[in-house]
Parts: sequence; C-alpha cells; structure tokens
Amino acid sequence: MPQFTYREAIRHALAEELARDKNVVVMGEEVAQFNGAYKVTEGLLAKFGPSRVVDTPISEAGFIGMGIGASMLGVRPVMELMFWSFYSVAFDQILNNAANVRYMSGGQINCPIVIRGPANGGTNVGATHSHTPENVLANHPGVKVVVPSTAYDAKGLLKSAIRDNDPVFFLENTMLYGEKGEIPEAEYLIPLGKADVKREGTDLTIVTYGRCVLHSLAAAAILEKEHDVSVEVVDLRSIRPLDIDTVLKSVAKTHRVLIVEEQKPFASVGSQLAYMIQREAFDELDGPIHRLATIDAPAIYSPPVETEQLPNPQRVLKAALAAVA
Amino acid sequence: MSKKPTATAEKKSAPTAPAHDPALAAINARLSRDEKIELHRKMVRIRRFEERSLRAYQAKKIGGFLHLYIGQEAVAVGCCSLMGKHDHVITAYRDHGHAMAVGMDTKPLMAELYGKATGCSKGKGGSMHYFDPTRNYWGGHGIVGGQIPLGVGLAYGVKYQGNKGAAMAFMGDGAVNQGAVHEAYNLASLWQLPVIFVIENNGYSMGTSQERSSAGALAKRAEGYDMAWGVCDGHDVYEVRATMDHFLRLAREESKPAVVEIRTYRYRGHSVADPDNTYRSKQEIEEYRRTKDPIQVFQNRLVAERVLDEALIEKIDTEARAEADAAADFSEASPYPTPDDIQKDVYWEADNPSERKSEGRLFFD
Amino acid sequence: MANIIEMPKLSDTMTVGTLIKWLKKEGDAVKAGDMLAEVETDKATMELESFFDGTLLKIFAAAGSQVALGAALCAIGKPGEKVEAPAATPAPTAAAPATAAPAPVAVAPAAPVAAPTPVAAPVPTAGERIKISPLAKKLAAEKKIDPARVTGSGPGGRIVRADILAAEKNPPAAKAGGTFSGGALAPKGPVQEERLVPVSTMRGVIAKRMLESTTQIPYVYLDIEMDAAPLLALREQLNTGLEKEGVKLSVNDFILKASAEALRRVPAVNCSWEGTHIRHHGAAHVAFAVAMEDGLITPVIRDAHLKSIFQISTEAKSLGKKAKEKKLVPAEFTGGTFCVSNLGMMGIPKFTAIINPPNAAILAIGTTVTKPVVKNGQIVVGQTLTVTLSCDHRVFDGAVGARYLGALKTLLESPALLLV
Repeated sequence: MPQFTYREAIRHALAEELARDKNVVVMGEEVAQFNGAYKVTEGLLAKFGPSRVVDTPISEAGFIGMGIGASMLGVRPVMELMFWSFYSVAFDQILNNAANVRYMSGGQINCPIVIRGPANGGTNVGATHSHTPENVLANHPGVKVVVPSTAYDAKGLLKSAIRDNDPVFFLENTMLYGEKGEIPEAEYLIPLGKADVKREGTDLTIVTYGRCVLHSLAAAAILEKEHDVSVEVVDLRSIRPLDIDTVLKSVAKTHRVLIVEEQKPFASVGSQLAYMIQREAFDELDGPIHRLATIDAPAIYSPPVETEQLPNPQRVLKAALAAVA
Repeated sequence: MSKKPTATAEKKSAPTAPAHDPALAAINARLSRDEKIELHRKMVRIRRFEERSLRAYQAKKIGGFLHLYIGQEAVAVGCCSLMGKHDHVITAYRDHGHAMAVGMDTKPLMAELYGKATGCSKGKGGSMHYFDPTRNYWGGHGIVGGQIPLGVGLAYGVKYQGNKGAAMAFMGDGAVNQGAVHEAYNLASLWQLPVIFVIENNGYSMGTSQERSSAGALAKRAEGYDMAWGVCDGHDVYEVRATMDHFLRLAREESKPAVVEIRTYRYRGHSVADPDNTYRSKQEIEEYRRTKDPIQVFQNRLVAERVLDEALIEKIDTEARAEADAAADFSEASPYPTPDDIQKDVYWEADNPSERKSEGRLFFD
Repeated sequence: MANIIEMPKLSDTMTVGTLIKWLKKEGDAVKAGDMLAEVETDKATMELESFFDGTLLKIFAAAGSQVALGAALCAIGKPGEKVEAPAATPAPTAAAPATAAPAPVAVAPAAPVAAPTPVAAPVPTAGERIKISPLAKKLAAEKKIDPARVTGSGPGGRIVRADILAAEKNPPAAKAGGTFSGGALAPKGPVQEERLVPVSTMRGVIAKRMLESTTQIPYVYLDIEMDAAPLLALREQLNTGLEKEGVKLSVNDFILKASAEALRRVPAVNCSWEGTHIRHHGAAHVAFAVAMEDGLITPVIRDAHLKSIFQISTEAKSLGKKAKEKKLVPAEFTGGTFCVSNLGMMGIPKFTAIINPPNAAILAIGTTVTKPVVKNGQIVVGQTLTVTLSCDHRVFDGAVGARYLGALKTLLESPALLLV
C-alpha cells in the first residue's frame, strides 16, 4: 500500500471532496495562493481555482461566521483555522451560531460546515498558539469533534466530516503532519464516532487520541518488553460522537485504565471519559482510573521543558506503571 | 437626549440616497392600491401582535426577554416588501417585525413566545430566535452583531450558487461597534458580496444613547471599507422602500454591498422588562408617537391618496386585533414541548437516524 | 431512659477496641459492677464493667467487631424499654463471622505516647471499611470469598483482582484445614499453612510504635560486659536460704532492682523527650518486656527505686502472669520511665533493643556466658553477662549512658549493695 503523510492524507481528502461535490469550498488564511501555512492545501488552488479554494483575510470571526451563514444555504465550506488556538476570536460564531442554529430554529436550519486546523502544543509557540480546545468544543451539543492520529484516519474521517450535515470541528496536529502511514488507493470513509484499537493487550487499557496515541504506542512497546505489561491502546479518533462502547469493551478485558490526553486536566475530555467509565464499568475496575494530561499551566515556551509539560512516552510509561500497581 | 424628529437634514450627508419624494420613486409609484393597503395592514398587524404579546408577558405567559419592535414597523415592512426569490433576511433579537414582514403566520410566532411545541421553533428558540428558512428568514439572533457575519455568508451563498439576490443583514445602532460587524464589512467589500447592512438606528443601544456609544456617523463608517452607504427616515415606509430598493438593485445586479442607516424609534423599553426612564423622557417618546409614528404617517398618506378610509382603517385594525387574540388563544391551547423533545433538533443525524453515518454517542448524561 | 454504654477508653493509645466476647446477653439482668464483655484494646484484653443496674436491652456491637472509641456497644435500661443506636455516635462495624479474625486492621494512628490524652483520630477506624477494587469486590462475591480474609496487595492495601484469584487458589484455613494434618511427624509438606492473617490490634500497635521509635530517635548503643559470678553466687545463696519461704529470685529480678538503683545514681537516663522540653522523672517506674503469643507487653514496676528486691520479684511474677493471660489493666502497663528487655533465658548473648517511647533508654540483657576471663593476670573460667543500653541521643549523650552502665556494673558485680 502506498505511504502518505498525514498532511497529504488531508490534502487528498480535500481534493477528493472538492472534486465530488461542487458545494464544497475550502477557505482560510493562506490556504490558496500561499499553499497553506502548513502546506496542507498545497496545489488545491491550481487544481480547483479561486472560487473553490479561497484565501481569507486574518479575520476569524468574520470568515468563520460567513462560512456558517453560507452553510445554512447549502454551501459546504471547509474552513481552515491556521491554528485552532484562534478559535477564541471566533468563539461566538463557532459555539453560539454553528452549534445552536439548528436547535434554536427547531430543526429548520442545518449547518454543514467543517472547521479544521492544527490544535497542539509541542512546537514551542507559546501559550497563545498551543490550545487543545476539543473539550471546550465538545461541551456544546450540536457539534461534532474529531481528532485523528494517523494519516489513514485523517483522510477517512475528513471525508466523512465534509459529507456530514452537522458542524464538524476537525483538530489536526502540526507534529503529525509529517508522519507517514499506509493509505489505500481506493476511496474509503471512516465513520465519525468509531474508536480504533491501535494495539491489543490484556493488562491495561490506554484510552487516548491524537498525537498521544503515538506516545502511548511507544510506551506500550516498552511496557511489554521491560515490564511484562500488556497494554491495549484505544484511539478514540472522534470525541463527539464518542465510541464509549469500544472503551468499555477494552476495560472489561483489562480492568485497568489510563487516559492519556494532550489536555489541561480540569474538565478535560479525560474527565468525561473517567466519569463514563466509572459509571458504566464500575464492577470491571480493578483500580482507580488514572489520567495523564498536560501539566496544568499555560503552555511553556522553553523547548526542552515543553516536552515534559506534554504527555510523552516516558510520562506515559510512568503513568501506566502506576495504573497497573 | 433630545432627538429631533426630523430626518431630512441627515439625508444631505447621504450621498447615495434618493433625492426626490420617495412616494414618487418608481418602486412606490407602481404600487397597486392593494399593495399599499397590504403595507399598512402588515404594520398594524405587527403592532397589534406585539401589544398582545406584551399583555401575555405581563400575564406571565411568556418567559425571558421580550424586545418589542413597536415604533419601528416601517423598517422591516418596507425592507422585506422588496424581497425577491433570492433575497434573504437575518436580524438580531428584535425580530418579530421582520418575521411577520417576510410573511410568517402569527400563530406559530405567538406560540413560540408562549414556549409551545406549535411555536415556529417548537418552543426552543423563544422571542429572540424566530426562523423561517422557507421564507429566506434566517433569524432571530441573540448576540449583538453576531448575526452579521452570517448575513455575509448568506450573500456569499447567493453569489456562489450563481443567483441574483441579496442579503439584508439587520442590526441595531449598538451593534456597529462590535468587531464581528467590522470583519463582516471588510469581507463583504473585499469580495463584493451582495449584502446590505441595515442599521436600524432607534437612538439607543439598550439604555445608552448613540452619542454615548458611537463615535462619528454610523453608516459613514462604510467609507473606510470602500462601500456605498445611505441614511433614510425609517418612519416613512415609502422612503425606506425607495432607499433600500436602490441598494438592493446595486447588490443584486452588481453584487455591491452597502451600509444603510435607517432612523427609527422604539416606544418600549429595550426589553419589556427593562426600565425606560433613566435615559430618555416620556415627553420624547410622546413626541415621536404624535408626529412620527410610522403607522400614523403612512395611514395619513394613504388617506390622502384615498386608498384608505375610516371604515377600512377600522376594519384592518379590528382584524389585526382579532388575529392577535386568535394567536394568543392558539398559543394558550397548544401543548408545551415535552422533556423528550429537549434532545431533538440538536443534530441532523440524531433526527434522521435512518440516514445516520456516524457511530457512537451523540448525547451524554 | 436507657443508658447507652459506649466503647470506653481503656488505654492511652486506644482509638478502637475489639469486642471479643459478650458476657451477658440481651435480656439479662445487669447490676452495676457486673462485667458485660471482654474488650481487646491495642494493649490487652479488658473487661467492660457496667455502671448501671437494669436489663441489657440491646447489643449494638457483635462479638468480633471493632468499635471506635465512644461508639455505642449496648443499652441498659428498664425491661421492655425501646432503644435505638444513637445516630450521632459512629456505628459499630458489622461483625465478622464468629470464627474469623476482625478485618485487616488499619491500626488507628497511635497518639504520641507522651500526650496524656490522645486526640480521637478522624480516620476511618479499623475494620470499618475494606479497601477493595470494584472488580475484586464483584469477584469475591461471585467466588464466595470473604474479602475480610484477604490482604490487599494494591496501593494502600487495596484488595485487587489478583488477591481474590490468589485467595481462590489458596483457600484459608477453615476450608483446607484437613489437608494439613502432618504436624510434627510429617517430614515433608509446607512449613506452615499458607494463609493471610490479619494484623491484630497488638501487632499493629507494636509495628507502629517500633517504627516510630527507630525512625524518630537518634540511637546510640553501648555495651558493657560484667562479671556475673558474684550475682549468680548471691542469687544461689539467697534462693537456697529462702527456699522454704517459697521465694525464688531470678537474675532478672536483680537486674530490675539494679537498673532502678542505677537510675538513682545517673538520673539523666530517667527522662523523656518532649520536643521543646526534657521531662525528668522523679520516680523510676521500670517496665519489663513480657513475650506473649502474638506480641509483647511491658508491665511496669512502679517506684522500683523504693522497692526491695523481694517486692520487685513478687510483683514481676504477678504482672508477668497477668500479662500472659491478657489481664493487665492499663495502670499496670503504662507510665514506665525505663525498660528492661531480657532474652538471656533464651540463650542470646547480646542484643540491642528498641526504645519504647517516651522512654529515653532500654536495657537489653543477654545470657550469662561461661568463658575464659583474665583475672589478676591469670586466665580463669569466668561467668560474664553483657548488657546493651539503647539511648535516645536527643535526651542524653553517650558518656551519660556509659556512666549509667558503669553504675549498673558496680551494682551487679557487688550485688549485696542491692540488698541494703
């Protein structure tokens, strides 16, 4: 199977959907002429022209709101946020308008918009550019939140997101853009809300998503080799809808849980998972649910220290050993 | 503040406003008798509807806020009377007038206020969130200025889909200082989108007068974005129509955006629950009522044009009151939504399970 | 109104007591002064005495249960009177099955011994709750394993799935008793039945106190070897002479007497560390360690500095017997200012003992050893005794300890001094 980067996978998904549906429009800062701040949209302008691939001014509230309005009329805008961190300046548009308009209209209006872009720390860009708002977004009924960890998942999920009739927020990761993975030549879709067991194991379930999947897999290899601990890694892929059943199934097998997330700990995605696991698998738990999150402070700049602030394989390893104690 | 009830002086500073008597403008001159009566009837119906809703509010039938449009009826009626197939409307929370102006029925509108399942948004939106996409009416939005980028999006959609139409994005005079509005101005002008930003300037953003909240002339800010702009008297439905027709044509034919400030006045508090005596005098309100009331102004005009007579006026008014009462009765008799309805209309997929593609849980407890 | 009898404070460090056995049953007539029940404290088994006349109306704490200090044990009142366990007091734990030991003891944190009235600990009292994971709890129920019999291997002693599975593989005594019948005659088989035994209240207290002692006290150890021949000679002489009187003095009696006398000569050893102060005790209350089946206890000879060797001997015998029967009352095993531990009778030549706070020292007595010694320049057969003083260096220094041992040596090598 051919190998592609995560970046290329997203680009291919965009290209395929642009070609499939003329209602699809790609918009964002630097997405067209500049070929994308992270080159995700490279070549799309040349292929699809300026009416389908549109550069916007630096004006997130304006252009995201515009995309939402256009989506109400049936356009399917795929809006790029150069960083998801910039969602804060478009918060009212994203979480008042996109999230609520269907409800407040009694189901008369849909908002089939996709907002995508990277949401991660680890690149030494400081606190303002390192937000991971999946928990904040998923807190709003009416929206869907997807955080792919691999090239394969990114492509299949983005294509599904673009075809979805609800607003979908697609959170990528600049640290993953260069990661390669196998992608079939034939077209495929991955449904939102379907977790993927990235590694099977018997002693501990690590529930995770996004780049932390890679950290967890690295730690799982060491745990197997050096500590005789067999780890199952469940990649949620989608935060909302949430495939809790796959998580519960794994917990019933291993009885121990570690949640790994690049999230500030307070009221994170992991907080929700921990609640659900204890509520629905209480009698399967052989120990408290553990969680490894970002160390609770704004993202530090200092490059070597930021690595320690975020989950990393060593921190996952340590947390996993505590979880199986 | 003592706002002089004369609007003609400002018109001089509006470079693109029509210069002659608006009644003579082609868009008005070609109105049939019935069309004129219909304009009048709409304004009366809106007023009687809102007066009835105020009674219901005071009888504790209605929760939350109730932002009444009374005094501003000529704006929505005038603007929306110009709508073609591909024209769209979006507004803020003072949205009852626009809803009726685009043709929504009073029964579901009143029922929405009552929080009933028969409401236009099934009791899920309330007073501030009326919608009717079948009539190109996109709400009904609660956050000041937040709807304006959506209005640009509607214009974008019209243009992208290759239709000749325009979006009218209404806002109050308080919204002009919101950042999202300026971002929307920029995008509209930059991309030459067919949108008209309609500032319904009733003089006060809640309890703060225009002088105390906004620097400079409101519509003139369009110049900074290289957009056309205009100002007109919102007490005169003819003038509203004449002015808006001009800009709508520019938008539909040339895909040009514009900012239009329509001078108007509200008689009631910001919301009916808000006190009205801290920022303006009773006399000021009475002066407007007496000299500038849009229904009275237009009625006088139509009487002079021999379109209306006493009997017809009386008949229209009686029917409007009866219609409002019927809407209240309908609302009273309607059922509330049930707790089972709370989680409906959240996700398209959840409401269309047979077509659902995603898996996993959409709702949490 | 009925009188509610609560778990009394029967020792200084007690926060919880185990109701061993009820001596009366519901409906029995009770007079003030009657013994109602036996209660095991962290130190000893004691009798619970009634202060009321009436009928034992209701028993709230079943035999085998552990009960927090102040929690209701029973009610005494007029016959037929209705009673309910007072809600305000901590409810007693559910009784463990009659044959089972109480749940694994979280030994209630012993209040500092120096504090005269320890504060009631707010922590969950022993046996109130077994720490067990939800899964292990479910498994235990399925496999009909009593979690109270299982010791947890998880963090904080939590019983986890593996513990239940292990317990299933190695069932406790009651189930497997018959299979371990070899006894002393069986040359093969396990050294003992593999089982988990809950830590008893006494074991728990010992563990805690000894750990505190070794982790909080800076120790100095001083040995001294002495000539035991004069002591053994005098003892033999006295025992022979007093045989008809039924007196039999032990070496330990002499040592107890000598250690008290030595405290008079070097009183700096008869002190206690109290943080900002050092308490100098006027009396030498000398405790001595008595081994019991499941631990040890240190009864106290009060005012040993004022008592004759015969008095000390008689008292030590009586206390030792009561200790083995777990009949000591708190006054008999609290308040010591110095302690003697003797493993001489078990052939140990020399050892170091752990100080029992708030004492500042403990004296460890070895056995008397027959060995060549140099006397007047000649190698002769001698009898020696080595004693080791464990000292709290916060209270006094090595030289003080050395002076104390010197005084002790003088007394024991000239034992007649102890008779005057």
